[in-house]
Amino acid sequence: MAYPDQIWIQAASFAGAAFSVGFGAIGAALGEGYAAGNASEAMGRNPEKSGDILKNMLIGQAVAESAGIFALVISMLLIFFEGHGEPLVTAFAFLGAGLSMGLSAIGSGMGGGFPAAEACQGIADNPETQGMLTTNMLIGSAVCQTPAIFGMVVAFLLMFMDFSKIPLEPGWAALLGGGFAVGLGAIGSGVGSGIPAGSATRGMARQPAAATTIRTNMLIGSAVSQTPAIFGMVVAFLLIFLDWSDKPAAPYWAMLLGAGLSTGLSAIGPGIGNGLTAGEAAEGIARVPETSGPVTTTMLIGQTVAQSTVIYGFLVSLILLFIEREASTTMVAWAIPLSAGLCMGFGGIGPGVGEGIAAAYTVRRIARDQELNVLLTRVMLVGQAVSESTGIYSLIVSLLLLFVI
Amino acid sequence: MAAEISGADVVRAAALLGAGIAMGLGAIGPGVGEGFAAGKACEAMGRNPGEAGLLTRTMLVGQAVSESTGIYSLVVALLLIFVV
Repeated sequence: MAYPDQIWIQAASFAGAAFSVGFGAIGAALGEGYAAGNASEAMGRNPEKSGDILKNMLIGQAVAESAGIFALVISMLLIFFEGHGEPLVTAFAFLGAGLSMGLSAIGSGMGGGFPAAEACQGIADNPETQGMLTTNMLIGSAVCQTPAIFGMVVAFLLMFMDFSKIPLEPGWAALLGGGFAVGLGAIGSGVGSGIPAGSATRGMARQPAAATTIRTNMLIGSAVSQTPAIFGMVVAFLLIFLDWSDKPAAPYWAMLLGAGLSTGLSAIGPGIGNGLTAGEAAEGIARVPETSGPVTTTMLIGQTVAQSTVIYGFLVSLILLFIEREASTTMVAWAIPLSAGLCMGFGGIGPGVGEGIAAAYTVRRIARDQELNVLLTRVMLVGQAVSESTGIYSLIVSLLLLFVI
Repeated sequence: MAAEISGADVVRAAALLGAGIAMGLGAIGPGVGEGFAAGKACEAMGRNPGEAGLLTRTMLVGQAVSESTGIYSLVVALLLIFVV
């Protein structure tokens, strides 16, 4: 470390700027590309409405772009912001800010593309509903932006908080872990909120009379899909605001980083899974609006079960944040908490998506034949329970790592 | 600090880190796959509720096979934690 701290801080702010706009550009570009592809397809089907479709596409893309713009703003701030200073921990805060903003923009950008695409298709199918579709698209894509806003809030906190009282060790891990928790945690929720918004918008074109029922279901489904991002934000706040200064550097740095990764990674799966379920529910209700009662009930049951793995991830994060450990500089002492966090984090992804898929198919069938809702819900729960097993294995291995050895 | 780290410590740390990563990554595939199987079973049952018994049985057999890689990961993780 022959260089003064200021050099490292500046280098970190540039790296953070790259993470922010680099990751942040992925989602918006994918979402807008998807919207443009669908707009072209819609125009091919109904060329007379191409003007309206183009206008709608541009509005939808502008909203999907917003997450990318947030990422650009944070990048610019990181590049041109002098920082306040000396403590080297600021460097990690800047890296965390970039990761938080960049990762959280991925999901929101992608999610915003779905309603934009489906609104364009809907205008081609049923041009009279254009106003309603554009409105619903705007509501739906606004909800998709929420996870990116969580990421931006944490990025601003990390950039502008006063770090003079935070010791470098283990403070650096808390700030970096906070960035991972909210950034990774927002990916699934952003995508997951977009899927029901897309299906609902398309459904309204098919059944304009049922618009209110469809929109209500869409909002419930998207709201549940936001939960994993909120868990990520809670863990980020705990990491950033709690005082770690009296804790020994090792193994606490690994515990704090593990806590951020556990909730952040495990939130990806449930966010996407909940979105898939809500998407099929919105589509089913649009087909047969009378089934909205049983469809919404089964959707909520399915989403709740799919939510379980992020709750495990959150649990492991809380254990990592609040158990007491002796100071130890051995490698084993830090390998254990890091391993537990990664185990539960990755392990939560698959069951979250899988249980969401199971619930999505179930909801789709119930919308076509609501007499079967008891039978299908029961089988869905059995199937989800089996799919849950690997999430439970991950929880068990995490707990073994933390408490048995 | 460096002086305290012995070869055995490095090996043990790598084993424990490997256990977590093995179980975590290994859980992704079965989770998605079993959910897909459950979803398709429900879809088929919706079309033909009379065959609910057969479909549930098939779903569980299919899921059990899909589970196997998750169990391999669990076994490897437990080996890395308790045996190696």
